[in-house]
Amino acid sequence: MQAFEYARPKTAQEAVALLASEWGKSELLAGGSDLLSRMKDDVSAPQRIVSLSGVHELRGIAASARGLRLGALVTLDELETHPAVREHYAGIAQAVEQVGGPQIRNVGTVGGNLCQRPRCWYYRNGFGLLATYKGRPLVPDGDNRYHAIFGNEGPAYFVSPSSLAPILIALGASLRLLGPDGPRDLPVEQFFVTPKSEAEREHAIKPNEVITEVLVPPANGTKSGFYEILQKESLDWPLAMAAVALQMEGRRVEKARVVLGQVAPVPWPSAEAEEALKGKMVSEEVAEEAGRAAASKATPLSKNKYKVQLARVAVKRAVLLAAGLVKKGEV
Amino acid sequence: MKIKVKVNGAWREDEVEPRLLLVHYLRDVAGLTGTHIGCETSICGACTVLVNGEAVKSCTLFAVQADGAEILTIEGLAPDGQLHPLQQGFWEEHGLQCGFCTPGMILASYQLLKRNPHPSPEEIRQGLEGNLCRCTGYQHIVKAVEWAAARMSS
Ligand SMILES: Cc1cc2nc3c(=O)[nH]c(=O)nc-3n(C[C@H](O)[C@H](O)[C@H](O)COP(=O)(O)OP(=O)(O)OC[C@H]3O[C@@H](n4cnc5c(N)ncnc54)[C@H](O)[C@@H]3O)c2cc1C
Ligand code: FES
Ligand code: FES
Repeated sequence: MQAFEYARPKTAQEAVALLASEWGKSELLAGGSDLLSRMKDDVSAPQRIVSLSGVHELRGIAASARGLRLGALVTLDELETHPAVREHYAGIAQAVEQVGGPQIRNVGTVGGNLCQRPRCWYYRNGFGLLATYKGRPLVPDGDNRYHAIFGNEGPAYFVSPSSLAPILIALGASLRLLGPDGPRDLPVEQFFVTPKSEAEREHAIKPNEVITEVLVPPANGTKSGFYEILQKESLDWPLAMAAVALQMEGRRVEKARVVLGQVAPVPWPSAEAEEALKGKMVSEEVAEEAGRAAASKATPLSKNKYKVQLARVAVKRAVLLAAGLVKKGEV
Repeated sequence: MKIKVKVNGAWREDEVEPRLLLVHYLRDVAGLTGTHIGCETSICGACTVLVNGEAVKSCTLFAVQADGAEILTIEGLAPDGQLHPLQQGFWEEHGLQCGFCTPGMILASYQLLKRNPHPSPEEIRQGLEGNLCRCTGYQHIVKAVEWAAARMSS
Protein backbone atom coordinates (compact mmCIF):
# COMPACT_ATOMS: atom_id res chain seq x y z
CA MET A 1 0.00 0.00 0.00
CA GLN A 2 1.26 3.46 -0.90
CA ALA A 3 2.02 5.83 1.96
CA PHE A 4 -0.36 8.76 2.44
CA GLU A 5 -1.03 11.75 4.60
CA TYR A 6 -3.82 11.28 7.18
CA ALA A 7 -6.08 14.21 8.08
CA ARG A 8 -8.70 14.28 10.80
CA PRO A 9 -10.99 17.29 10.41
CA LYS A 10 -13.54 18.20 13.06
CA THR A 11 -16.26 19.56 10.78
CA ALA A 12 -17.70 18.65 7.39
CA GLN A 13 -16.63 22.08 6.12
CA GLU A 14 -13.02 21.34 7.10
CA ALA A 15 -13.26 17.95 5.41
CA VAL A 16 -14.38 19.58 2.16
CA ALA A 17 -11.46 22.01 2.31
CA LEU A 18 -9.01 19.12 2.70
CA LEU A 19 -10.27 17.27 -0.38
CA ALA A 20 -8.59 17.70 -3.77
CA SER A 21 -10.68 18.98 -6.67
CA GLU A 22 -9.68 16.08 -8.93
CA TRP A 23 -10.32 12.37 -8.51
CA GLY A 24 -7.62 10.05 -7.27
CA LYS A 25 -5.61 12.49 -5.17
CA SER A 26 -7.61 12.34 -1.96
CA GLU A 27 -10.22 9.99 -0.48
CA LEU A 28 -12.68 10.29 2.35
CA LEU A 29 -12.49 7.55 4.96
CA ALA A 30 -15.62 6.52 6.88
CA GLY A 31 -15.47 2.89 8.11
CA GLY A 32 -12.81 2.03 5.56
CA SER A 33 -14.22 -1.40 4.69
CA ASP A 34 -14.25 -0.61 0.99
CA LEU A 35 -11.46 1.94 0.72
CA LEU A 36 -8.86 -0.23 2.49
CA SER A 37 -9.52 -3.19 0.23
CA ARG A 38 -9.00 -0.99 -2.84
CA MET A 39 -5.85 0.51 -1.38
CA LYS A 40 -4.40 -2.91 -0.55
CA ASP A 41 -4.81 -3.83 -4.21
CA ASP A 42 -3.46 -0.46 -5.42
CA VAL A 43 -6.73 0.18 -7.25
CA SER A 44 -6.90 3.40 -5.25
CA ALA A 45 -3.77 5.17 -4.12
CA PRO A 46 -4.71 8.53 -2.59
CA GLN A 47 -1.99 10.90 -1.43
CA ARG A 48 -4.25 12.16 1.34
CA ILE A 49 -6.92 10.43 3.36
CA VAL A 50 -9.51 12.59 5.04
CA SER A 51 -10.99 10.67 7.96
CA LEU A 52 -14.55 11.55 8.89
CA SER A 53 -14.44 9.83 12.28
CA GLY A 54 -14.03 13.10 14.20
CA VAL A 55 -16.89 14.85 12.41
CA HIS A 56 -19.66 14.40 14.94
CA GLU A 57 -22.29 16.31 12.98
CA LEU A 58 -22.37 13.35 10.56
CA ARG A 59 -23.60 10.92 13.22
CA GLY A 60 -27.02 10.04 14.50
CA ILE A 61 -30.42 8.80 13.38
CA ALA A 62 -33.40 11.10 13.92
CA ALA A 63 -36.94 9.85 13.33
CA SER A 64 -39.67 12.51 13.35
CA ALA A 65 -42.87 13.53 11.57
CA ARG A 66 -40.64 14.89 8.81
CA GLY A 67 -39.22 11.42 8.17
CA LEU A 68 -35.91 9.84 8.86
CA ARG A 69 -32.61 11.66 8.94
CA LEU A 70 -29.53 9.46 8.74
CA GLY A 71 -26.14 11.00 9.31
CA ALA A 72 -23.62 9.79 6.73
CA LEU A 73 -21.56 8.14 9.49
CA VAL A 74 -24.43 6.06 10.88
CA THR A 75 -23.22 2.47 10.81
CA LEU A 76 -25.16 -0.29 9.12
CA ASP A 77 -25.46 -1.95 12.53
CA GLU A 78 -27.02 1.16 14.09
CA LEU A 79 -29.43 1.39 11.17
CA GLU A 80 -30.44 -2.25 11.33
CA THR A 81 -31.19 -2.17 15.04
CA HIS A 82 -32.94 1.21 15.25
CA PRO A 83 -36.52 0.70 16.52
CA ALA A 84 -38.14 3.34 14.25
CA VAL A 85 -36.35 1.93 11.21
CA ARG A 86 -37.51 -1.59 12.03
CA GLU A 87 -41.07 -0.45 12.63
CA HIS A 88 -41.69 1.97 9.77
CA TYR A 89 -39.06 1.15 7.18
CA ALA A 90 -38.93 -2.65 7.24
CA GLY A 91 -37.33 -2.73 3.79
CA ILE A 92 -34.31 -0.76 5.04
CA ALA A 93 -33.80 -3.12 7.98
CA GLN A 94 -34.21 -6.16 5.72
CA ALA A 95 -31.64 -4.78 3.26
CA VAL A 96 -29.05 -3.85 5.84
CA GLU A 97 -29.23 -6.88 8.11
CA GLN A 98 -27.91 -9.04 5.28
CA VAL A 99 -24.89 -6.91 4.36
CA GLY A 100 -21.61 -8.78 4.93
CA GLY A 101 -21.37 -10.11 8.48
CA PRO A 102 -21.60 -8.47 11.91
CA GLN A 103 -18.03 -7.13 11.76
CA ILE A 104 -18.70 -5.41 8.42
CA ARG A 105 -21.95 -3.87 9.67
CA ASN A 106 -20.17 -2.53 12.75
CA VAL A 107 -17.80 -0.45 10.65
CA GLY A 108 -19.62 0.12 7.34
CA THR A 109 -21.51 3.41 7.17
CA VAL A 110 -24.47 4.77 5.22
CA GLY A 111 -22.29 7.22 3.24
CA GLY A 112 -19.64 4.58 2.56
CA ASN A 113 -22.23 2.03 1.48
CA LEU A 114 -23.65 4.42 -1.11
CA CYS A 115 -20.19 5.47 -2.35
CA GLN A 116 -18.51 2.04 -2.34
CA ARG A 117 -17.00 1.19 -5.70
CA PRO A 118 -18.11 -1.75 -7.86
CA ARG A 119 -16.92 -5.28 -7.11
CA CYS A 120 -16.33 -6.07 -10.82
CA TRP A 121 -13.25 -8.28 -10.77
CA TYR A 122 -11.70 -6.55 -13.76
CA TYR A 123 -11.99 -3.20 -12.00
CA ARG A 124 -10.61 -4.66 -8.76
CA ASN A 125 -7.66 -6.09 -10.68
CA GLY A 126 -6.60 -2.84 -12.27
CA PHE A 127 -8.39 -2.82 -15.64
CA GLY A 128 -10.35 0.33 -14.81
CA LEU A 129 -14.02 0.91 -14.08
CA LEU A 130 -14.88 0.13 -17.70
CA ALA A 131 -12.71 -2.99 -17.70
CA THR A 132 -10.64 -2.56 -20.83
CA TYR A 133 -7.30 -3.88 -22.05
CA LYS A 134 -5.54 -1.92 -24.81
CA GLY A 135 -8.82 -0.15 -25.48
CA ARG A 136 -10.76 -3.41 -25.88
CA PRO A 137 -13.66 -4.11 -23.48
CA LEU A 138 -12.99 -7.28 -21.49
CA VAL A 139 -16.46 -8.03 -20.17
CA PRO A 140 -18.57 -8.98 -23.24
CA ASP A 141 -16.32 -11.93 -24.17
CA GLY A 142 -14.89 -12.44 -20.71
CA ASP A 143 -16.09 -13.92 -17.43
CA ASN A 144 -19.20 -11.84 -17.04
CA ARG A 145 -21.18 -14.12 -14.74
CA TYR A 146 -21.61 -11.39 -12.11
CA HIS A 147 -22.08 -8.47 -14.50
CA ALA A 148 -25.08 -6.45 -15.61
CA ILE A 149 -28.22 -7.84 -17.23
CA PHE A 150 -29.78 -4.39 -17.72
CA GLY A 151 -28.26 -1.15 -18.98
CA ASN A 152 -25.29 -3.12 -20.30
CA GLU A 153 -25.00 -1.81 -23.84
CA GLY A 154 -21.55 -0.54 -22.82
CA PRO A 155 -19.08 0.84 -22.12
CA ALA A 156 -20.10 0.08 -18.49
CA TYR A 157 -20.91 -3.53 -17.57
CA PHE A 158 -20.32 -3.59 -13.80
CA VAL A 159 -23.18 -3.74 -11.31
CA SER A 160 -23.98 -1.19 -8.63
CA PRO A 161 -23.07 -2.96 -5.38
CA SER A 162 -24.96 -1.03 -2.69
CA SER A 163 -27.71 -2.91 -0.83
CA LEU A 164 -28.95 0.32 0.65
CA ALA A 165 -29.42 2.26 -2.58
CA PRO A 166 -32.37 0.33 -4.11
CA ILE A 167 -34.52 0.57 -0.98
CA LEU A 168 -33.66 4.24 -0.43
CA ILE A 169 -34.69 4.97 -4.01
CA ALA A 170 -37.91 2.98 -3.63
CA LEU A 171 -38.72 5.07 -0.56
CA GLY A 172 -38.00 8.34 -2.37
CA ALA A 173 -35.00 9.31 -0.21
CA SER A 174 -32.61 12.14 -1.00
CA LEU A 175 -29.04 12.99 -0.10
CA ARG A 176 -27.49 16.16 1.21
CA LEU A 177 -24.04 16.92 -0.11
CA LEU A 178 -21.65 19.57 1.08
CA GLY A 179 -19.10 21.06 -1.32
CA PRO A 180 -16.96 24.18 -1.60
CA ASP A 181 -20.05 26.13 -2.78
CA GLY A 182 -22.24 24.97 0.08
CA PRO A 183 -24.88 22.26 0.47
CA ARG A 184 -27.10 20.76 -2.21
CA ASP A 185 -29.82 18.09 -2.14
CA LEU A 186 -30.15 15.31 -4.66
CA PRO A 187 -32.63 12.43 -4.93
CA VAL A 188 -30.72 9.17 -4.28
CA GLU A 189 -31.98 7.99 -7.66
CA GLN A 190 -30.02 10.77 -9.40
CA PHE A 191 -26.88 10.06 -7.40
CA PHE A 192 -26.23 6.93 -9.45
CA VAL A 193 -25.16 7.42 -13.06
CA THR A 194 -23.70 5.19 -15.75
CA PRO A 195 -20.23 6.40 -16.71
CA LYS A 196 -19.62 6.86 -20.42
CA SER A 197 -15.85 7.11 -20.20
CA GLU A 198 -13.07 6.11 -17.83
CA ALA A 199 -12.86 9.73 -16.66
CA GLU A 200 -16.41 9.59 -15.30
CA ARG A 201 -17.68 8.09 -12.07
CA GLU A 202 -20.75 6.06 -11.24
CA HIS A 203 -21.75 8.61 -8.58
CA ALA A 204 -22.95 12.17 -9.17
CA ILE A 205 -20.56 13.57 -6.59
CA LYS A 206 -17.61 15.89 -7.06
CA PRO A 207 -14.17 14.89 -5.75
CA ASN A 208 -14.44 17.55 -3.06
CA GLU A 209 -17.98 16.91 -1.90
CA VAL A 210 -19.06 15.04 1.22
CA ILE A 211 -22.41 13.31 1.75
CA THR A 212 -23.59 14.71 5.06
CA GLU A 213 -26.96 13.02 5.45
CA VAL A 214 -29.68 10.93 3.90
CA LEU A 215 -33.29 12.05 4.24
CA VAL A 216 -36.10 9.52 3.94
CA PRO A 217 -39.65 10.92 3.64
CA PRO A 218 -42.21 9.97 6.30
CA ALA A 219 -43.39 6.39 5.82
CA ASN A 220 -47.09 7.33 6.20
CA GLY A 221 -48.07 3.71 6.00
CA THR A 222 -45.91 2.90 2.95
CA LYS A 223 -45.02 -0.77 3.17
CA SER A 224 -41.57 -1.80 2.11
CA GLY A 225 -39.67 -4.99 1.60
CA PHE A 226 -36.34 -6.24 0.32
CA TYR A 227 -35.18 -9.61 -0.92
CA GLU A 228 -31.77 -10.72 -2.12
CA ILE A 229 -30.46 -13.94 -3.57
CA LEU A 230 -27.00 -15.21 -2.71
CA GLN A 231 -25.05 -18.26 -3.70
CA LYS A 232 -24.47 -19.11 -0.03
CA GLU A 233 -26.27 -17.60 2.89
CA SER A 234 -23.28 -16.53 4.94
CA LEU A 235 -21.02 -13.62 4.08
CA ASP A 236 -21.58 -13.51 0.37
CA TRP A 237 -22.27 -10.87 -2.22
CA PRO A 238 -25.85 -10.93 -3.47
CA LEU A 239 -26.35 -11.96 -7.10
CA ALA A 240 -29.63 -10.06 -7.45
CA MET A 241 -31.79 -8.03 -5.11
CA ALA A 242 -35.07 -6.16 -5.20
CA ALA A 243 -36.53 -3.39 -3.06
CA VAL A 244 -40.23 -2.65 -3.11
CA ALA A 245 -42.31 0.18 -1.60
CA LEU A 246 -46.08 -0.05 -1.77
CA GLN A 247 -48.75 2.52 -1.01
CA MET A 248 -51.80 0.41 -0.36
CA GLU A 249 -55.50 0.77 0.23
CA GLY A 250 -56.29 -2.42 2.08
CA ARG A 251 -54.71 -5.07 -0.13
CA ARG A 252 -54.97 -2.95 -3.27
CA VAL A 253 -51.80 -1.25 -4.53
CA GLU A 254 -52.26 2.46 -5.18
CA LYS A 255 -48.66 3.05 -6.16
CA ALA A 256 -45.60 0.84 -6.29
CA ARG A 257 -41.89 1.46 -6.55
CA VAL A 258 -39.71 -1.47 -7.54
CA VAL A 259 -35.93 -1.06 -7.72
CA LEU A 260 -33.48 -3.85 -8.47
CA GLY A 261 -29.86 -4.05 -7.34
CA GLN A 262 -26.79 -5.97 -8.57
CA VAL A 263 -28.27 -6.11 -12.06
CA ALA A 264 -27.11 -2.89 -13.77
CA PRO A 265 -24.43 -0.19 -13.43
CA VAL A 266 -27.01 1.79 -11.44
CA PRO A 267 -29.81 0.67 -9.10
CA TRP A 268 -32.45 -0.31 -11.66
CA PRO A 269 -36.03 0.98 -11.24
CA SER A 270 -38.51 -1.25 -13.01
CA ALA A 271 -41.38 0.73 -14.52
CA GLU A 272 -42.70 -2.58 -15.92
CA ALA A 273 -43.03 -4.15 -12.46
CA GLU A 274 -44.53 -0.96 -11.03
CA GLU A 275 -47.14 -0.97 -13.77
CA ALA A 276 -47.90 -4.66 -13.18
CA LEU A 277 -48.67 -3.93 -9.53
CA LYS A 278 -50.64 -0.71 -9.85
CA GLY A 279 -54.30 -1.06 -8.94
CA LYS A 280 -53.98 -4.78 -8.18
CA MET A 281 -54.87 -6.75 -5.06
CA VAL A 282 -51.55 -8.26 -4.01
CA SER A 283 -51.46 -12.02 -4.28
CA GLU A 284 -48.86 -14.60 -5.13
CA GLU A 285 -49.93 -14.45 -8.79
CA VAL A 286 -49.71 -10.65 -8.93
CA ALA A 287 -46.26 -10.75 -7.31
CA GLU A 288 -45.21 -13.39 -9.81
CA GLU A 289 -46.46 -11.20 -12.65
CA ALA A 290 -44.48 -8.23 -11.30
CA GLY A 291 -41.35 -10.40 -11.29
CA ARG A 292 -41.99 -11.51 -14.84
CA ALA A 293 -42.55 -7.91 -15.94
CA ALA A 294 -39.33 -6.78 -14.21
CA ALA A 295 -37.28 -9.42 -16.01
CA SER A 296 -38.98 -8.99 -19.40
CA LYS A 297 -36.54 -6.46 -20.85
CA ALA A 298 -33.31 -8.00 -19.52
CA THR A 299 -30.39 -8.28 -21.95
CA PRO A 300 -28.06 -10.81 -20.34
CA LEU A 301 -24.45 -11.23 -21.40
CA SER A 302 -22.88 -14.51 -22.50
CA LYS A 303 -22.53 -16.02 -19.00
CA ASN A 304 -25.20 -14.43 -16.83
CA LYS A 305 -28.58 -15.50 -18.14
CA TYR A 306 -29.20 -17.17 -14.77
CA LYS A 307 -29.44 -13.70 -13.21
CA VAL A 308 -32.61 -12.94 -15.16
CA GLN A 309 -34.44 -15.69 -13.28
CA LEU A 310 -32.92 -14.52 -9.98
CA ALA A 311 -34.11 -10.96 -10.62
CA ARG A 312 -37.60 -12.26 -11.36
CA VAL A 313 -37.75 -14.24 -8.12
CA ALA A 314 -36.22 -11.40 -6.06
CA VAL A 315 -38.96 -9.01 -7.22
CA LYS A 316 -41.72 -11.53 -6.54
CA ARG A 317 -40.50 -12.23 -3.01
CA ALA A 318 -39.82 -8.58 -2.19
CA VAL A 319 -43.41 -7.75 -3.21
CA LEU A 320 -44.78 -10.51 -0.97
CA LEU A 321 -42.60 -9.36 1.92
CA ALA A 322 -43.57 -5.71 1.49
CA ALA A 323 -47.27 -6.53 1.37
CA GLY A 324 -46.89 -8.63 4.50
CA LEU A 325 -48.20 -11.76 2.76
CA VAL A 326 -45.15 -13.68 3.90
CA LYS A 327 -42.65 -13.13 6.67
CA LYS A 328 -38.90 -13.22 6.34
CA GLY A 329 -37.71 -16.78 6.47
CA GLU A 330 -40.95 -18.03 4.90
CA VAL A 331 -40.19 -17.05 1.31
CA MET B 1 1.74 9.80 13.69
CA LYS B 2 1.13 9.30 17.38
CA ILE B 3 -1.76 7.14 18.59
CA LYS B 4 -2.99 6.32 22.06
CA VAL B 5 -5.00 3.15 22.58
CA LYS B 6 -6.12 1.11 25.54
CA VAL B 7 -5.25 -2.48 24.75
CA ASN B 8 -6.64 -5.09 27.15
CA GLY B 9 -6.99 -2.51 29.90
CA ALA B 10 -3.63 -0.75 29.59
CA TRP B 11 -3.09 2.52 27.73
CA ARG B 12 -0.15 2.72 25.36
CA GLU B 13 1.19 5.33 23.00
CA ASP B 14 3.01 4.58 19.80
CA GLU B 15 4.28 6.36 16.75
CA VAL B 16 2.83 4.62 13.70
CA GLU B 17 2.66 5.12 9.96
CA PRO B 18 -0.91 5.94 8.87
CA ARG B 19 -0.94 2.94 6.50
CA LEU B 20 -0.21 0.44 9.30
CA LEU B 21 -3.13 -1.96 9.65
CA LEU B 22 -4.57 -2.44 13.13
CA VAL B 23 -3.79 -6.17 13.04
CA HIS B 24 -0.13 -5.47 12.28
CA TYR B 25 -0.05 -2.90 15.05
CA LEU B 26 -1.43 -5.43 17.54
CA ARG B 27 0.89 -8.23 16.46
CA ASP B 28 4.10 -6.43 15.58
CA VAL B 29 4.06 -3.29 17.70
CA ALA B 30 2.09 -4.42 20.77
CA GLY B 31 3.45 -7.99 20.49
CA LEU B 32 0.00 -9.59 20.85
CA THR B 33 0.17 -12.43 18.37
CA GLY B 34 -3.06 -14.07 19.53
CA THR B 35 -4.87 -12.07 16.84
CA HIS B 36 -4.36 -14.02 13.63
CA ILE B 37 -4.16 -13.01 10.00
CA GLY B 38 -5.89 -15.38 7.61
CA CYS B 39 -7.01 -13.68 4.43
CA GLU B 40 -6.24 -10.01 5.05
CA THR B 41 -9.25 -9.21 2.86
CA SER B 42 -12.04 -8.94 5.49
CA ILE B 43 -13.49 -12.34 4.69
CA CYS B 44 -12.22 -14.94 7.18
CA GLY B 45 -12.59 -13.16 10.52
CA ALA B 46 -9.39 -14.62 12.04
CA CYS B 47 -8.30 -11.05 12.86
CA THR B 48 -11.47 -10.17 14.78
CA VAL B 49 -10.93 -7.98 17.86
CA LEU B 50 -13.27 -5.69 19.78
CA VAL B 51 -12.91 -1.94 19.34
CA ASN B 52 -14.98 -0.05 21.87
CA GLY B 53 -16.94 -3.25 22.46
CA GLU B 54 -17.72 -3.90 18.80
CA ALA B 55 -16.32 -6.80 16.80
CA VAL B 56 -14.27 -5.62 13.84
CA LYS B 57 -11.90 -7.18 11.34
CA SER B 58 -8.58 -5.64 12.31
CA CYS B 59 -7.03 -6.40 8.91
CA THR B 60 -9.35 -3.85 7.35
CA LEU B 61 -8.83 -0.92 9.71
CA PHE B 62 -5.86 1.38 9.99
CA ALA B 63 -4.31 1.52 13.45
CA VAL B 64 -4.84 5.30 13.35
CA GLN B 65 -8.62 4.66 13.12
CA ALA B 66 -8.43 3.11 16.60
CA ASP B 67 -6.75 6.17 18.14
CA GLY B 68 -8.38 6.84 21.50
CA ALA B 69 -10.26 3.53 21.48
CA GLU B 70 -10.36 0.56 23.83
CA ILE B 71 -9.30 -2.67 22.20
CA LEU B 72 -9.88 -6.17 23.49
CA THR B 73 -7.86 -9.02 22.00
CA ILE B 74 -7.96 -12.70 22.89
CA GLU B 75 -5.12 -12.14 25.40
CA GLY B 76 -7.37 -9.74 27.32
CA LEU B 77 -10.09 -12.34 27.90
CA ALA B 78 -8.08 -14.24 30.50
CA PRO B 79 -5.96 -11.55 32.13
CA ASP B 80 -5.24 -13.53 35.29
CA GLY B 81 -4.96 -16.91 33.59
CA GLN B 82 -8.54 -17.86 34.45
CA LEU B 83 -10.26 -18.91 31.23
CA HIS B 84 -13.28 -16.89 30.11
CA PRO B 85 -16.44 -19.06 29.81
CA LEU B 86 -16.15 -18.81 26.02
CA GLN B 87 -12.60 -20.08 26.10
CA GLN B 88 -13.63 -22.85 28.43
CA GLY B 89 -16.60 -23.68 26.20
CA PHE B 90 -14.33 -24.10 23.17
CA TRP B 91 -12.17 -26.37 25.33
CA GLU B 92 -15.02 -28.45 26.73
CA GLU B 93 -16.94 -28.84 23.49
CA HIS B 94 -13.94 -29.28 21.16
CA GLY B 95 -14.72 -26.02 19.36
CA LEU B 96 -11.31 -26.10 17.71
CA GLN B 97 -8.86 -28.33 15.96
CA CYS B 98 -5.92 -26.35 14.59
CA GLY B 99 -7.02 -23.28 16.53
CA PHE B 100 -6.23 -20.77 13.83
CA CYS B 101 -9.75 -19.35 13.65
CA THR B 102 -10.36 -19.61 17.41
CA PRO B 103 -9.36 -16.14 18.69
CA GLY B 104 -11.57 -14.53 16.05
CA MET B 105 -14.40 -17.00 16.68
CA ILE B 106 -14.27 -16.30 20.39
CA LEU B 107 -14.31 -12.54 20.03
CA ALA B 108 -17.15 -12.64 17.50
CA SER B 109 -19.01 -14.91 19.95
CA TYR B 110 -18.26 -12.44 22.73
CA GLN B 111 -20.15 -9.68 20.90
CA LEU B 112 -22.93 -12.13 20.03
CA LEU B 113 -23.50 -13.15 23.66
CA LYS B 114 -23.31 -9.57 24.85
CA ARG B 115 -26.14 -8.64 22.49
CA ASN B 116 -28.08 -11.88 22.79
CA PRO B 117 -27.26 -13.87 25.94
CA HIS B 118 -29.46 -16.83 24.93
CA PRO B 119 -29.00 -17.34 21.20
CA SER B 120 -30.54 -20.25 19.31
CA PRO B 121 -28.17 -22.43 17.26
CA GLU B 122 -29.43 -20.59 14.17
CA GLU B 123 -28.65 -17.21 15.78
CA ILE B 124 -25.17 -18.43 16.71
CA ARG B 125 -24.53 -19.41 13.11
CA GLN B 126 -25.74 -16.01 11.94
CA GLY B 127 -23.63 -14.19 14.53
CA LEU B 128 -20.55 -16.08 13.36
CA GLU B 129 -21.18 -15.73 9.63
CA GLY B 130 -18.17 -13.44 9.34
CA ASN B 131 -15.80 -16.12 10.63
CA LEU B 132 -14.50 -19.11 8.69
CA CYS B 133 -13.19 -22.36 10.11
CA ARG B 134 -11.40 -24.88 7.90
CA CYS B 135 -11.36 -27.68 10.46
CA THR B 136 -14.33 -28.19 12.74
CA GLY B 137 -17.33 -28.14 10.46
CA TYR B 138 -18.78 -25.52 12.83
CA GLN B 139 -21.01 -27.93 14.77
CA HIS B 140 -18.69 -27.99 17.78
CA ILE B 141 -18.26 -24.23 17.63
CA VAL B 142 -22.02 -23.76 17.93
CA LYS B 143 -22.00 -26.15 20.90
CA ALA B 144 -19.10 -24.28 22.49
CA VAL B 145 -21.00 -21.00 22.31
CA GLU B 146 -24.11 -22.66 23.74
CA TRP B 147 -21.98 -24.04 26.56
CA ALA B 148 -20.62 -20.56 27.31
CA ALA B 149 -24.09 -18.98 27.13
CA ALA B 150 -25.37 -21.49 29.69
CA ARG B 151 -22.36 -20.96 31.96
CA MET B 152 -22.55 -17.16 31.76
CA SER B 153 -26.22 -17.05 32.70
CA SER B 154 -25.89 -19.48 35.60
C1 LIG C 1 -17.40 -9.66 2.85
C2 LIG C 1 -18.14 -8.43 2.49
C3 LIG C 1 -19.48 -8.52 2.08
C4 LIG C 1 -20.20 -7.38 1.75
N1 LIG C 1 -21.49 -7.49 1.37
C5 LIG C 1 -22.18 -6.38 1.03
C6 LIG C 1 -23.54 -6.43 0.63
O1 LIG C 1 -24.15 -7.49 0.61
N2 LIG C 1 -24.17 -5.27 0.31
C7 LIG C 1 -23.54 -4.07 0.36
O2 LIG C 1 -24.15 -3.06 0.08
N3 LIG C 1 -22.26 -3.99 0.73
C8 LIG C 1 -21.57 -5.11 1.07
N4 LIG C 1 -20.28 -5.00 1.46
C9 LIG C 1 -19.62 -3.69 1.38
C10 LIG C 1 -19.80 -2.87 2.62
O3 LIG C 1 -21.15 -2.69 2.89
C11 LIG C 1 -19.17 -1.54 2.36
O4 LIG C 1 -17.79 -1.76 2.26
C12 LIG C 1 -19.44 -0.53 3.43
O5 LIG C 1 -20.80 -0.24 3.54
C13 LIG C 1 -18.71 0.74 3.12
O6 LIG C 1 -18.84 1.63 4.20
P1 LIG C 1 -17.54 2.28 4.87
O7 LIG C 1 -18.03 3.32 5.78
O8 LIG C 1 -16.67 1.23 5.44
O9 LIG C 1 -16.88 2.90 3.57
P2 LIG C 1 -15.40 3.42 3.28
O10 LIG C 1 -14.56 2.29 2.84
O11 LIG C 1 -14.92 4.27 4.38
O12 LIG C 1 -15.73 4.35 2.04
C14 LIG C 1 -16.15 3.83 0.79
C15 LIG C 1 -16.07 4.94 -0.26
O13 LIG C 1 -17.05 5.93 0.02
C16 LIG C 1 -16.48 7.20 0.18
N5 LIG C 1 -17.21 7.86 1.27
C17 LIG C 1 -17.40 7.38 2.52
N6 LIG C 1 -18.18 8.23 3.23
C18 LIG C 1 -18.49 9.26 2.41
C19 LIG C 1 -19.25 10.46 2.56
N7 LIG C 1 -19.88 10.76 3.70
N8 LIG C 1 -19.35 11.29 1.50
C20 LIG C 1 -18.73 11.00 0.33
N9 LIG C 1 -18.00 9.90 0.13
C21 LIG C 1 -17.87 9.03 1.15
C22 LIG C 1 -15.03 6.95 0.51
O14 LIG C 1 -14.21 7.99 0.08
C23 LIG C 1 -14.74 5.65 -0.25
O15 LIG C 1 -14.37 5.92 -1.56
C24 LIG C 1 -19.55 -6.12 1.82
C25 LIG C 1 -18.22 -6.03 2.23
C26 LIG C 1 -17.51 -7.17 2.56
C27 LIG C 1 -16.09 -7.03 2.99
S1 FES D 1 -7.52 -11.68 8.21
FE1 FES D 1 -8.98 -10.18 8.57
S2 FES D 1 -10.77 -11.07 7.85
FE2 FES D 1 -9.27 -12.55 7.28
S1 FES E 1 -9.96 -24.87 14.12
FE1 FES E 1 -8.72 -24.84 12.35
S2 FES E 1 -9.58 -23.17 11.27
FE2 FES E 1 -10.97 -23.42 12.84
